[in-house]
Amino acid sequence: MSDTGPLLEVRDLHVRFRTRDGVVSAVNGMSFTLDAGETIAILGESGSGKSVTAQAIMGILPSKTATIPQGSIRYRGTELVGLRERDYRQLRGAKIAMVFQDALSALNPVTSVGRQVSEMFRVRGDMSRRQAKAAAIEVMSHVGIPDPARRFNDYPHQFSGGMRQRVMIATMIALRPSVLIADEPTTALDVTVQAQIMDLLKELQRETGTGLILITHDLGVVASVADRIAVMYAGRVMEQGNVDEIYQRQANPYTVGLLESIPQIDERVGRLPAIPGLPPNLLAVPPGCPYHLRCAMPIDPCFEDPAPPFTQVAPGHHSMCWRAEEVYAGERVAR
Amino acid sequence: MSADTAVPAPTVEVAGLSLRQLAWRRLRRDRGALIAGTVLILVFLIALFAPLITSMIGINPYDFDATALDPSKGSLPAGPWGSMSWEHPLGVEPLTGRDLLARLLYGARVSLFIAVTSVIITAIVGTVVGIIAGYKGGRWDTVIGRGTDLLLAFPQILMLIALSPVITQRLVAMGLAPDVARVFYLIIVFVFFGWPYLARLVRGQVLSLREREFVEASVAIGAPTRRILFKEILPNLWAPLIVYVTISMPTIIAAEATLAYLGVGIIEPTPSWGKMLADSVRFFTVVPSYLFIPGTALFIVVFAFNVFGDAVRDALDPRAGRG
Ligand SMILES: Nc1ncnc2c1ncn2[C@@H]1O[C@H](COP(=O)(O)OP(=O)(O)OP(=O)(O)O)[C@@H](O)[C@H]1O
Ligand SMILES: [Mg+2]
Repeated sequence: MSDTGPLLEVRDLHVRFRTRDGVVSAVNGMSFTLDAGETIAILGESGSGKSVTAQAIMGILPSKTATIPQGSIRYRGTELVGLRERDYRQLRGAKIAMVFQDALSALNPVTSVGRQVSEMFRVRGDMSRRQAKAAAIEVMSHVGIPDPARRFNDYPHQFSGGMRQRVMIATMIALRPSVLIADEPTTALDVTVQAQIMDLLKELQRETGTGLILITHDLGVVASVADRIAVMYAGRVMEQGNVDEIYQRQANPYTVGLLESIPQIDERVGRLPAIPGLPPNLLAVPPGCPYHLRCAMPIDPCFEDPAPPFTQVAPGHHSMCWRAEEVYAGERVAR
Repeated sequence: MSADTAVPAPTVEVAGLSLRQLAWRRLRRDRGALIAGTVLILVFLIALFAPLITSMIGINPYDFDATALDPSKGSLPAGPWGSMSWEHPLGVEPLTGRDLLARLLYGARVSLFIAVTSVIITAIVGTVVGIIAGYKGGRWDTVIGRGTDLLLAFPQILMLIALSPVITQRLVAMGLAPDVARVFYLIIVFVFFGWPYLARLVRGQVLSLREREFVEASVAIGAPTRRILFKEILPNLWAPLIVYVTISMPTIIAAEATLAYLGVGIIEPTPSWGKMLADSVRFFTVVPSYLFIPGTALFIVVFAFNVFGDAVRDALDPRAGRG
């Protein structure tokens, strides 16, 4: 395994699903990179392809219906697209791990939580049952589960939502992966608990230098946790850049709409209030910019292929828009 | 970091128990389960020690006793209630005068052996096949699905009658005694026609379990398929499996009776509950007790199985209420 390049590099990723109704183009040219110790937030409306991107990175797309017709995912220089299942299995959990949205459904209801945390050590760490138990108790205490030795044999339903999410995090960080994907890790939780879980993730990341991919709807979380943001729409990155940059100066009408649509940053928004209109049908993505139908300031080229280029408006700040410069310069995005 | 307070666990007292301990504890508190379990253990012990018990009482399932029969009534039992007496506590069999208690006890051996063996083998085969069909999907599922359809569509009874002599002869040729060969034939047949039902049931369960997030999560930690199947999916199948087992035990004993009635079941002189039931029907109007004896025994066992099975299923569900 060569040690060149960024920790994780996703380039021009495309994911399609064969369905009864036709081919769904869920991801259409997603690109981003992630360095060690960095947090990138992937933001976007429901159906924009965030989870599919995560699944593609984990290599857990449904093998019967999903294909990656184009693009590459490199982990420390190793190509993951098309990697043999046997080799992929070595990476999962140990190098790249994923915290699921709803810990209740991501934990096996009939297996004790301790067993499930130990599982990682047993499966991947080649430990004996007893060693794995000790290691699991340690990591459980590390993520803030009180009295883990006593609660080792409890079942997921006996834990509160926040504790369950901690259990899952304990499992996923057990082997200190270098990439951790968290797919909406806090949407199922109360606001106060959300903050605790985010703090925990942040703290663990500081300790281990893990690269974190945070998929979320919660713009408040993004601001406090992420280094960079990638805003997704219809399976593409519309805008990408430094968090503070993007919060202050957007270079894409979609991001502008997205940020405007939050009434107040700390009000809890389960799903983002919609920008007028709907995302395009992924069975037949229209030509040109996928956002043109809802955009407040479209111009002719937006309706035609090719899609707008990824324009750099400032160092490290890119936007996929023909009018990126104008938006960035502060031109009003009229409604 | 401050911990969010865990929901005051509704089951504080059971915290720290493994599922097996938890289930055991729950079972011990369930009076119905205790009674049913005791009955089942007793029945199995009686079956196991039938030769000892019968010889202690001084009865024997094979000996003809002409003195208990009345030749003038066409060799029906001489006394009332199938000629119950100290010598024959449950009366005798019409025409032969063999002791019914002894035949009931020996019959339990045969019937329970057939039922338990068939159910265990069926459960294993059906579960494995069902899991493969449900988890692997695709071609596996198609082939297995068609196979089970075919078997379920078979005219089973007809096949049973037709194949009986052939297979029994094979088994005899392999060195089994004819009556033992029949026992094995019955087991083979029950497994052969039994697994498709279970495979379908399990397949359906696995199909939905497979989509559950914890399976995906398990894939995401790099667990090999074998581990996912047996550590993640199988533990979620205990409930339907137990239901299946409790339902099919009595079904098999009843099927054994049907086959005995059709002449392809257990053969003379070996007794079985099914065979006793089948034989007794002819004499029901004159010696009703002959039918009631194996009937009651079967009823008790079936009932105990159901009560016990329900209790075990509930006890094994970690989400079910109090400890
Ligand atoms: N297995 C699948 N088969 C067919 N289509 C799928 C499959 N998984 C996802 N999709 C489609 O891909 C698109 C992107 O889905 P994805 O789950 O990535 O959205 P998301 O951005 O995570 O949304 P949310 O915020 O609601 O989680 C959706 O249109 C979805 O219907
Ligand atoms: Mg999602």
